[in-house]
Amino acid sequence: MADEKDREEIIVAEFHKKIKEAFEVFDHESNNTVDVREIGTIIRSLGCCPTEGELHDLIAEVEEEEPTGYIRFEKFLPVMTEILLERRYRPIPEDVLLRAFEVLDSAKRGFLTKDELIKYMTEEDRVSLCRVGW
Amino acid sequence: FKAAALIQRWYRRYMARLEMRRRCTWSIFQSIEYAGQQDQVKLHDFFSYLMDHFIPSSHNERDFLTRMFTEDRFAQDSEMEKGSDYESIEVPDSYTGPRLSFPLLPDHATALIEAFRLKQQLHARYVLNLLYETKKHLVQLPNINRVSTCYSEEITVCGDLHGQLDDLIFIFYKNGLPSPERSYVFNGDFVDRGKDSVEILMILFAFMLVYPKEFHLNRGNHEDHMVNLRYGFTKEVMNKYKIHGKEILRTLKDVFCWLPLATLIDEKVLILHGGVSDITDLELLDKIERNKIVSTMRCKTRQKSEKQMEEKRKANRKSSAQEPIPWFLPQSRSLPSSPLRLSSYKAHKASRSSSIPCGGCLDRRELSRQVRSSVELELERCRQQAGLLVTGQKEEPSYSASEADSEAGELQKPTQEEWRQVVDILWSDPMAQEGCKANTIRGGGCYFGPDVTQQLLQKYNLQFLIRSHECKPEGYEFCHNRKVLTIFSASNYYEVGSNRGAYVKLGPALTPHIVQYQTNKVTNTLTMRQRISRVEESALRALREKLFAHSSDLLSEFKKHDADKVGLITLSDWAAAVESVLHLGLPWRMLRSQLVNSSADNMLEYKSWLKNLAKEQVSHENIQSSLLETLYRNRSNLETIFRIIDSDHSGFISLDEFRQTWKLLSSHMNIDITDDCICDLARSIDFNKDGHIDINEFLEAFRLVEKSCLEDDTSECPQATNAKDSGCNSPGAC
Repeated sequence: MADEKDREEIIVAEFHKKIKEAFEVFDHESNNTVDVREIGTIIRSLGCCPTEGELHDLIAEVEEEEPTGYIRFEKFLPVMTEILLERRYRPIPEDVLLRAFEVLDSAKRGFLTKDELIKYMTEEDRVSLCRVGW
Repeated sequence: FKAAALIQRWYRRYMARLEMRRRCTWSIFQSIEYAGQQDQVKLHDFFSYLMDHFIPSSHNERDFLTRMFTEDRFAQDSEMEKGSDYESIEVPDSYTGPRLSFPLLPDHATALIEAFRLKQQLHARYVLNLLYETKKHLVQLPNINRVSTCYSEEITVCGDLHGQLDDLIFIFYKNGLPSPERSYVFNGDFVDRGKDSVEILMILFAFMLVYPKEFHLNRGNHEDHMVNLRYGFTKEVMNKYKIHGKEILRTLKDVFCWLPLATLIDEKVLILHGGVSDITDLELLDKIERNKIVSTMRCKTRQKSEKQMEEKRKANRKSSAQEPIPWFLPQSRSLPSSPLRLSSYKAHKASRSSSIPCGGCLDRRELSRQVRSSVELELERCRQQAGLLVTGQKEEPSYSASEADSEAGELQKPTQEEWRQVVDILWSDPMAQEGCKANTIRGGGCYFGPDVTQQLLQKYNLQFLIRSHECKPEGYEFCHNRKVLTIFSASNYYEVGSNRGAYVKLGPALTPHIVQYQTNKVTNTLTMRQRISRVEESALRALREKLFAHSSDLLSEFKKHDADKVGLITLSDWAAAVESVLHLGLPWRMLRSQLVNSSADNMLEYKSWLKNLAKEQVSHENIQSSLLETLYRNRSNLETIFRIIDSDHSGFISLDEFRQTWKLLSSHMNIDITDDCICDLARSIDFNKDGHIDINEFLEAFRLVEKSCLEDDTSECPQATNAKDSGCNSPGAC
C-alpha cells in the first residue's frame, strides 16, 4: 500500500541520518571513512549488541576486497540500515543479563571475583577484555 | 559459555556508548569554542569594515568609531619615559609579597613560584619593572630564535597554558626548574580563559631574564590585546590591579608584540604556535619588524600610495561584482569574512573603492542600499555627537592617511604580506587532506595539509614541526605522518576531566618523548563514567544555553516544520531545525536523548520544550524574555564591545556611548530591540548621576558576569548608590 511504503521510506531516511551522524563522529579526516577498529563502537552506539564473532562477520561484509584498514561510508550505510530495519543484534533484556551472571556464579554468592570474570570472558571469544571500569 | 558471551556483548555496548558520549561532548566544546572565535573575528571585521567605508571627511572630526580604536593607535612613546614610571610607585611596608630587584637572580624567579603558589600577588611596581626589563630583552631577540642542543642536555617544549597556573607549577615540579642544563620553550597562549594569566606571565618572563639563553617564549594568537579583551585577560588584570591595571595592560601590549614568532632547534625542529601555510616564508619572517604587528585582529596595512587611494575613491563609485558581501548586511550569504579575506580584498584596489555607498551600486538590492544609508546617517549622527566630545586628545590621523603617520614618526604599518605571514603561523591548524585552505572556523590563518608540511620541511631542511593552538584529549597529537606534533599543556581545559595536558622533551637526535598529566585531584578519584558524565553535563549546559539564546529563531524554524499548526514536530525535524539555526555541525540525533526530555510517540511539543529551556536559565520578571535571549546570545560580543569602548579601562562608559553602540550593533546584526527598551533597562539599573554605567553592574543585572568579578568590585564601586536592586531581581549585586 502506498501509505506503508511512505512510512517505510521515512523510517529508512531517518535511519540513514542516524547512521551518518554516528559515522561522522569517528570520521576524523572528514573523508567518509572510519578506522575499521571503530566500527564496533559505531554499531553498538546505534543500539546493537553483536557478539565479537558477529562483529567480525559484519566487518568482512563492509570491508574492501583488499582490506585497507578503513571502512567507507558507502559500503557501511546499506548494511547498517538492513541491521536496523531487521532489528538484528538487539540487546538482551536486563533480567536475562542478570541470569547470565547467576549462571556463572554457581555458588550463588551474589558476586564474581575479578579473576573469575576474566577467566570466563576470555574463554569465549579469545578477545581481550577492555579495561574494567564498571 | 553462552552466559559469558551475553555479558560480554552487553559490556561492549556499554563501553561503546560511553565512548560515543565522550566524543560528542568533545565536539560540543570545540564547536562552541570555535564559534566564539569566529564571533570575535566577525566583530572585528564589522568594525574594520565600518572604519574602512566611513572615514571622517576631515581628520579634525572625531568619529565615534575611531575613538574606540584610539588606544590602538597611540604612538610608541619613548620607552625610557614609560619605563621609569614604575619607579614612582611606592610599595607599602605592609606588602608581604615577593620583592624583585634587577638584574634578576634565579632565586627571585623561584620565589615568585612559591609566592604564587601561596596565592600572593606581585605588587604593581614589580610587575611593571619586570615588564620593562622583559621588553628590553625581547627587543634584542630575532624573530626566529635559534637554539642549539649542545649547550643544554635536554629541551622541553610546552604548549598552551591559558592562565592555568597549576599546570605550570606541575610541569616545573615534575620536569624540574629551568636551568642552564634544562632548556624550555613555551609555545604561546600563556594568557586568557584561566584565572592566573598574570602570574604565569610573571614566572615565564622572570625565567627568561634569568636564563636568557635557555628559556624561550613564542608568541601565540592570544598574546594580543584585542583577543584579551574578549577572553578574560584584560578583565583579570583590571581586577587584580585596580590602580595600575591600565598601565600594565599598555605595557603588555608592547611586550606581546615583541615576543619572538618561532623557535628553531638545531636548525631541524621548528616550533611555532599555530601552524604554517603554503606561502610561509621563513626568510621573510626572519626579516620583518615583528613589533609592527600589534594585533592579528586588525589589519592596518600600509597603502601603496595615498594619491592612488584618493584617485580610486573618487573615480570608482561603482561596486564591483566580485566584492564579497560582508556577512552582516542582511542579504549576505557569503562566509564570514575572516582577517584573511578582508585583507585579500583590500589588496584588490578596485574593490576598495566603494567607500561611499551610492546610487551606482548596481549589484546591491534596494534593501542593502537602505541599510547602508541608514548606517551613514547613524554615523553622521555619531560624528556630530562625537564632535561635541572633543577633548584634548592627540590628533588622530584618519585611517587612510597612513603616509601622514610615517611622517609623524609613528610606527609604520606592516605590509599585506607580512601581516598574512604572521597570522598564518599564529592561527593555522593542520588538516588530514592535502592542500591549503582558509580556516573559516577560526576566522584566521588556514588549514594546511600534509603536503604543505612536507613542502616546508623539505624547503628548509627540517625534521618536524611542533605547534600548539588546539586542545587535544591526550594533551598531544601527532599528524601528517608524525611530522607535526601538537602539544597542549592546559589540562582540564574545557572542564574538570575534559583532557590531559602534556609536554614534550627532545632528547639526543631530537626524538620526542611525551609526558602527560592532569592536574586536578578530583579527576583521579572519579571513575571513567563519572568523569565523562561530569564533562558531558558541563558541555550540555553550555549547549542548552546556546539553544536558549536562539529561541526565537528556533521557534520560527520549528513552525516551518509544523504545517498543520498542531504544535508538534517529529524528532527528525527537530534535529534538522536545530542544526539550521545553530550551525554547529553537531550530531543532534545522538544528543537528542540528553536535550529532549519529553517526547510522546516520536513527536515533540516544541513550544513547551522551548519554555523549559528558558526556565533553566535565569529569568527576570520585568525583562522580556526575548531581550534576555538576545543579550545572552550576544553576551560575549557585548562584553567585548564594552571593553573596546571603555578604552581607558576605567570600567565606566557613558550612557550615550552605550546607546550609540547598541544602536549600531542592533541595526547591523539583525537584532530588533527597540532603543526605548534598552534605555529603560539602563535606567532601571543604578548608575551614578552623571550618566555613567558600570559595565559589570549592567552585565550582572542579567547574571552575565562571573561571580568572581562581582566580589572584587564590591569595594571599588565609588559611585555605587543604595537602591541597587531597583527594578531588577538581581540578588546581592555589586
